[in-house]
Amino acid sequence: MTTIFGIPLQAFLGQLLIGLINGSFYALLSLGLAVIFGLLRVINFAHGAQYMLGAFVALLLLQYLGVNYWLALLIAPLVVGLFGALIERTMLSRLYDLDPLYGLLFTFGLALTIEGTFRYLYGAAGQPYSVPPSLAGGTNLGFMFLPNYRGWVVVVSLVACLGTWLLIEKTKLGSYLRAATENTVLVQAFGINVPLLLTLTYGLGAALAAFAGVLAAPIYQVSPLMGTNLIIVVFAVVVVGGMGSILGAIVTGYMLGIAEGLTKVFYPEASNIVIFVIMAIVLLLRPAGLFGKDA
Amino acid sequence: MRTRLIASMAVLLASSTAAYADASDGVVKIGILNDQSGVYANFGGKYSYEAAKMAVEDYGGKVLGASVEVITADHQNKPDIASNIARQWYDTEQVDAIMELTTSSVALAVQAISKEKKKIDIVTGAATTELTGAQCSPYGFHWAYDTYSLAVGTGGALVKEGGDTWFFLTADYAFGYSLEENTANFVKANGGTVSGAVRHPLATTDYSSFLLQAQSSGAKVIGLANAGLDTSNSIKQAAEFGIVAGGQRLAALLFTLAEVHGLGLEAAQGLTLTEGFYWNRTPEAAEFGKRFFDRTGAMPNMVHAGTYSAVLQYLKAIEKAGTDETEAVAKALHEMPVNDIFAENGKVGANGRMIHDMYLMEVKKPGESDVAWDYYKVLATIPGDEAFIDPAKSGCPLVSQ
Repeated sequence: MTTIFGIPLQAFLGQLLIGLINGSFYALLSLGLAVIFGLLRVINFAHGAQYMLGAFVALLLLQYLGVNYWLALLIAPLVVGLFGALIERTMLSRLYDLDPLYGLLFTFGLALTIEGTFRYLYGAAGQPYSVPPSLAGGTNLGFMFLPNYRGWVVVVSLVACLGTWLLIEKTKLGSYLRAATENTVLVQAFGINVPLLLTLTYGLGAALAAFAGVLAAPIYQVSPLMGTNLIIVVFAVVVVGGMGSILGAIVTGYMLGIAEGLTKVFYPEASNIVIFVIMAIVLLLRPAGLFGKDA
Repeated sequence: MRTRLIASMAVLLASSTAAYADASDGVVKIGILNDQSGVYANFGGKYSYEAAKMAVEDYGGKVLGASVEVITADHQNKPDIASNIARQWYDTEQVDAIMELTTSSVALAVQAISKEKKKIDIVTGAATTELTGAQCSPYGFHWAYDTYSLAVGTGGALVKEGGDTWFFLTADYAFGYSLEENTANFVKANGGTVSGAVRHPLATTDYSSFLLQAQSSGAKVIGLANAGLDTSNSIKQAAEFGIVAGGQRLAALLFTLAEVHGLGLEAAQGLTLTEGFYWNRTPEAAEFGKRFFDRTGAMPNMVHAGTYSAVLQYLKAIEKAGTDETEAVAKALHEMPVNDIFAENGKVGANGRMIHDMYLMEVKKPGESDVAWDYYKVLATIPGDEAFIDPAKSGCPLVSQ
């Protein structure tokens, strides 16, 4: 049998694919963070809570209104996006003129409040959310058994990542957004409603997090703590990719997912720190991150 | 204002003198201390408090003419918080005994305080055998299960059922290692082999990589030496990757009815585990289960039923001793057999271990379960003397060797 580093090729391919699946979540979440940081200069610590909210909205929609997964995939990001927009309009926007640290503290406090409330209401134990029937089961790829749902996650998150990137880099709306962060006053002088643009951006970031939350619900249990577990890793991804670099966040998300997956084979005990080791090395060699423009 | 202050102080003084004058201060107070908001909230939690109250009501609400009161608090899985609450309960709130005590670190801390204060503690929620080993107490009891009994049940009995090659998925900390080691010993003692193990960090969210390794090991049984959400997530994801459907067996080393319910039968089917109680095993247990369900909306697991049994036995012991004084009650607890919905002919060892039968269970397939919460098939009964360490060999200094 062919082996790579002493591991059968089949097992190696399997682990590679699993890394890609986890990378999809990292990419989706760090994308939202990168959009918010790149355009608003806000370090959004509430991103994990918004991801958790997405999963919970899907769960509650199912429990109380019988709304299925596919509709939840649309509705939950919308609800959480609106919630994000509301937060931005009423609270976060007041902090733009202050040191970025205030935004960080505010969103951190917000995350604790949201998570605490859900913990109080629903307990810390996870609640199950079933895989939609049309994606149940799995496919034997020859080298591994791939659950259909996980295949779907890879495809749909790739589409979402590409879509967001195109929206910001290639459309008129995206160019307004980028211009607005470069020079707010000038853009406003052209008659563009900059505050509205910023609200939209934060809403979009929150919606992306919620979208990832709904995708995650059938794989993990829906629990108030699910965001806390992930947010630190996702921050590391953003730092490695280069703060604010959207393409960097996407590529790094997938890359680190794979690096983590392979660590789980070669030295499993280190699998939860490998991302941070990579982050430390990148910060030493390229402080602006792999895709960052300047230091 | 001043008169009121003096008056209230007088009342306070009077009541506290009364407390010292009468050994049983007119009230027997039991404290249920456990995790009510964290990862073990369903494992024990407020349901244990409810079970304790049921025991008091079933006993008639009074013992030796004194009324019985149950109070509760959340220790958040932190030994320091638990210790503060325990001291406060003993020192200022006249609590006579503390029970439940989920999480080993907390149980050990509170048992040490109880020993120092000469108070009774009965542990149902924690797993460590230390409680009745090196750190045993003359007033400390361990009621429902321990790591040893889980390992005997799942490790030993499963090999006899044909599961003779094992692969472990182990949480990378002391609890996981000791559970893996205990279980591996029983597997080998019964003629089985261990083909490998993979250590995952605590609170990992994605197990697919580890599960693939377990899958390709070809072992007949995959032993999950982890707890709480870690176990739930591993099982859920194992189902996703078709591990049980592919003919391998999952053995959760610490898993109860509450967690099975959280997962749902679709994901949990075929899982093997050891518990000290199952509500649908005897008519008496079923009757208790239904009453418990009416109050809580959940069926009891071994921690809840064990807490019920512990409170009931404590009250019986006070009745027998004729006082709620610690030495006498502890003596009665050591002497009396335990016969209730939880244990049949249970006995308490000199190290404080309550020795009773344990059961090896298999989780039913969705089609096999016709009543709500009917989740287990009882595969085997493990007699108490095999399920628990012989008190003489427990390492407890109180046992005369």
